[in-house]
Formats: sequence, C-alpha cells, structure tokens
Amino acid sequence: MKQSIQYLINIFSIIILYILLFFLIQTGILSSYYSGILILIGINIILATSLNLATGFLGQLALGHAGFMAIGAYASAIFTMHFNVSSTIGFIVSLLLGGIISGIFGIIIGIPALRLKGDYLAIITLGFGEIIRIIITNLELTGGAKGLTGITRLTNFHITFWITVVVVTLLYTFVHSRHGRAVLAIRENEIAAEAVGVPTTYYKIFAFALAAFFAGVGGGLYAHHIRTLMPTTFRFIYSVEILVIVVLGGMGSFTGSILAAIVLTILPEALRDLADYRMLIYSIALILMMIFRPEGFLGTRELSLSKLFLNHKVKKEGGKTQ
Amino acid sequence: MTFLQQLINGLHVGSIYALIALGYTMVYGIIKLINFAHGDIMMLGAFTAFMTLTTFQLPIGVVLLITIIFCAIAGMLIERIAYKPLRNAPRISALITAIGVSFALENLFLILFGASSKPFPYHINLPPLSIGPLQITWITIITLLLSVGIMLMLDFFIKKTKIGKAMRAVSEDEDAAQLMGINTSTTISITFAIGSALGGVGGVLYSIAYPQIQPYMGVMPGLKAFIAAVLGGIGIMPGAMLGGFLMGIIESLTKGYISTLWSDAIVFGILILVLLIKPTGILGKNIREKV
Repeated sequence: MKQSIQYLINIFSIIILYILLFFLIQTGILSSYYSGILILIGINIILATSLNLATGFLGQLALGHAGFMAIGAYASAIFTMHFNVSSTIGFIVSLLLGGIISGIFGIIIGIPALRLKGDYLAIITLGFGEIIRIIITNLELTGGAKGLTGITRLTNFHITFWITVVVVTLLYTFVHSRHGRAVLAIRENEIAAEAVGVPTTYYKIFAFALAAFFAGVGGGLYAHHIRTLMPTTFRFIYSVEILVIVVLGGMGSFTGSILAAIVLTILPEALRDLADYRMLIYSIALILMMIFRPEGFLGTRELSLSKLFLNHKVKKEGGKTQ
Repeated sequence: MTFLQQLINGLHVGSIYALIALGYTMVYGIIKLINFAHGDIMMLGAFTAFMTLTTFQLPIGVVLLITIIFCAIAGMLIERIAYKPLRNAPRISALITAIGVSFALENLFLILFGASSKPFPYHINLPPLSIGPLQITWITIITLLLSVGIMLMLDFFIKKTKIGKAMRAVSEDEDAAQLMGINTSTTISITFAIGSALGGVGGVLYSIAYPQIQPYMGVMPGLKAFIAAVLGGIGIMPGAMLGGFLMGIIESLTKGYISTLWSDAIVFGILILVLLIKPTGILGKNIREKV
C-alpha cells in the first residue's frame, strides 16, 4: 500500500515535470539552445547512473565508460545511416542495437578485467577504453580520424526525457531487486559475499555489462544529437568527466548522479561568459569538493519525493512502533 | 631504418619515460595514489625551461637546475594543498583530486600560454655521431647519459641516505614508520619533490626530442610513463626504469615495423596482457590477500 503510493507520487511528478518542460519548450520560453542543454542533461544522467551501477553499487572503479559510449554511438549511427532510418521506432531499435553491441563488449572486456581490483581495474578499463578509441580511429567503417558526419538528427527532447526515465527506473529497480542486493553484497565484502553463496563473478560481469549497455544507449542518443562523431571526443578525459559526475553526486546514489549531472551540465554553460576560466574554476571546485565533502552531495542516500510528501505519516508510524 | 637504429630511438624515448615513470612509482609506493597530475608536472617543467630559455637566455645547465627546483616546489605544494587533506579519505577521492589537479594545471597553462604549440628554442647543433651505418644524435646520447646518471644517483640516495631509508620505511608501513620516529609528512613531501623534479627533467628532455610544447603535451607521455610503471611493477623503482626502457623500445619498434597508427593500441594491449598475466608487473611480488 505504502509502496504503491510512493510509485504514484513518483510517476505523477515525472509526468508533471514532463508537461512543464513540454509547455516551456512549446511556448518558446525555453529556446532550442536550452532544449539542447536539456538533452545533454538527459544523456549525462544516463551515462552517470549507468557508471554509478558499476562504480558506486558494484564498487569497481571503471575508467573506460567513454569507450562503451563510443561503441553505442557509432553502432547506432551507422545503423540509422545505413538503413536511412527516420522514424522514432527505427531510432529506438538503433539505440537498443548500440546498447546491445556495447553490452557484448562489456562482457568481453569484463570477463578478463574484473579479475582485477581497485587501481588495477581502473588502469585496465582505461586501457580498453583507449584501445576502443584507437580502433575506431583506424577503421574505415567509422569514418576514421576524420569522424562520422551526416548523421540524421533523431534525438529530441521527448525521446531523451522518456529514455532517461526508463533507464533510471530500470537501474533503480535492478539495484533494489534480489540481484541488486547481491551486487551490493559484493561491494561491501566480496569474499563474504562469495562465502554466503553469491556467484560473484556472474554478478560482477552482469552489472558491468548492464552499465556498458546503458552507456551504449546514451552514446546513441548523443550521436543523433550532435550529428558528428569524432573519435577524439571519446578520450579517457570523457570517461573521467562521467566519473566526476558520479563521485560528486555520491557513489551509490542515483538521485545524487541525477543532481550532479544537472549541475555539472549547466555549470559549464552558465560559466560560458568566463570562457577561458571555466574549466579552471570547474577543476578547482572539484578539488575543493573532494577535500571538504569527499562522499559527494548525497553519499549513498537517495532523495525521495514520497518521503518529502509523506513525512508526517512516516513519523506517526514510527511513533506507533515505539 | 635498421633494427639497431630503432632500438636506439627506443632507448632515447624510453629513458624519458623511465624518468617520468619513476615519479609515478615513488608516489604510488609511498601513498598508494595514482598521481594523474604527474604528466602535467612534466608539462610544467617544459614550460619553465621554455620561459627561462626565451626570456633570460640562460645556459641549458642553469635552465635544467631552475626547472628541477621549480618542479620540486610545485610538486610539494600540490601535495600539501590537494593530497594531504585526503590522506585518510577513500582512495577514489584522492584519485579524483589528482585528476582535478591535472585539469587545473592544464587549464591554467591554457590561459597563460594559449592552446597553440610553441617551438622549443633549444637545439644541439652538432653533427650526429656515425658508427658504421648508425646515426646517433647528440640529443640521444645526452638524454641517455643524463637519465642513467640521475637514476644511479637516485638509487644511491634511496639506498644509502637517511632520508632514502625513511622513504622506504614509510612505503613499507606508514604507521610503523611513524612509531619509529620518522616524520612521515616530511618524507612524503620529499618524495613528491624528487618525483616532480624527475618529471620536470623528463619534460625538458622530451621537449628537446620533440620540440613542440603546448598545455596538453603531458597527457600522452604521462599515460605511457604510467603504463611503464605498471609494466615494471608499480611501487618498485627498478621496475619503473625497466618498464620505461621497455616501453620506449616497444613503441619505437611498432612504429618502425608495424604501424604508426596502431602503436598506441599495441602499447595499451601490452599493458592489458601484463595486467592479466601478472598484475603486479614484471618485477612485482605476489601479495596474498588475507581475509
């Protein structure tokens, strides 16, 4: 009963948010520049929440997320270009395809890489990410170093919004399922998890591949938004930028990632007047944040709308049990 | 080009990688931090040399000395400001801070000097030494001699002096070292100073070899030097030297015999193979995990 009320509140507020943004875009209050930023926020949310699954919930520091994003971006862009896709359904198929190919690479890379831990895992994922980028640079299919141009603009605000909602919902429900608890157990103590019968290798690779899948979907959205793919976009710096969103939001908090993705997408745009100085300010802010609040905005906590609304009820129920 | 010529080129770049890799490995050995900003310290060294060469027109020896001092101070400052408050924080926070420092340095130099690359104003105008068909430039000879000399001095310093002993003790067990009366804070500062000085020298030698400098010049050599450190076994100083030379030779041979386009991919591929077969590196010892 209580849970269904929570779901209703969440669904209701998402719809209200969508209608509000839809209305603002439709009436022209938010210009195409701002709706472009909204799309980037959506893409960054997808990338950050998916990386949070691998790094925050599974506890495996991965520095190759941009590589998976690149695979998804190129796969879906090549698909839509090859088949001249212009419908929404075709676009969604291309996104799924990009995600699946990326996910397969996630499994292929995950099997050897996840045997390592900590810093070594970070290095090996960095290595794989760079190799993916170099392969893309040297293939003819992907347009090589000149990049892939002439991609149709298929990403719009509506599709980005709903895909972001679906991705976050799927990730959230995954983490709160039986499988999610297994993933959390691995983060807390891998040896203990294995001792109580959690198939650790299976869940590590599964969660890693799932993160790669969603990164691929995010990459597909990115490709059809920017419309030109350059291999240099997907450098290891980009992986780091996604990681920064996750860490600032709090590792192990999806709402934290969402919040940080919003802030960190808007901040550079808002600081555009300071042009040359914005990246400097951004990096100093990052250092200060790590020194004074290393657990990120939210730590492992989640923001919850229903808690906000049902605050009184929860307190009353708490009183009864005491 | 002959095999030997490629080998010598490889040794030339390799010795620079080895110098930079030493900085990575020393810092990792002592505080278990991948110092992502180390590649940018190298860039800092190159720019310091550039400034002193163009504005004051000092002789190269003095330039090198100024660069060493400047980079050592910069390294110590970075450690004090950014890493020290995070000594007991989760490792990932320290890693992110290092990335933040790296971005900050790159963007600071982008503001100061602009994004375009500048020619490095130092050349050795001596004809290359010819031994049979081999052509060895004086830059190669000087780079090799200088870096091997520095490595020998460093080895002596770590093994024979009191501070070197303290550094080894802190990297072995920080708490125990502190209980034995070693000032761990100072020791870590000195480690950063030495590592950064080596990075600075590496930067100067690198920009003499490839005379173009720009704010992002440290990223790729930094990454490769880091791979070199892992290859040899991170935290182990002879490992970093071995890894650096190996890295340079591998890179030079793949560029010469396979393909320039794929050389970076091969370098990363080797890293992955090493990590999978022996994650602690060539000279690393296996550490058993205790439950």
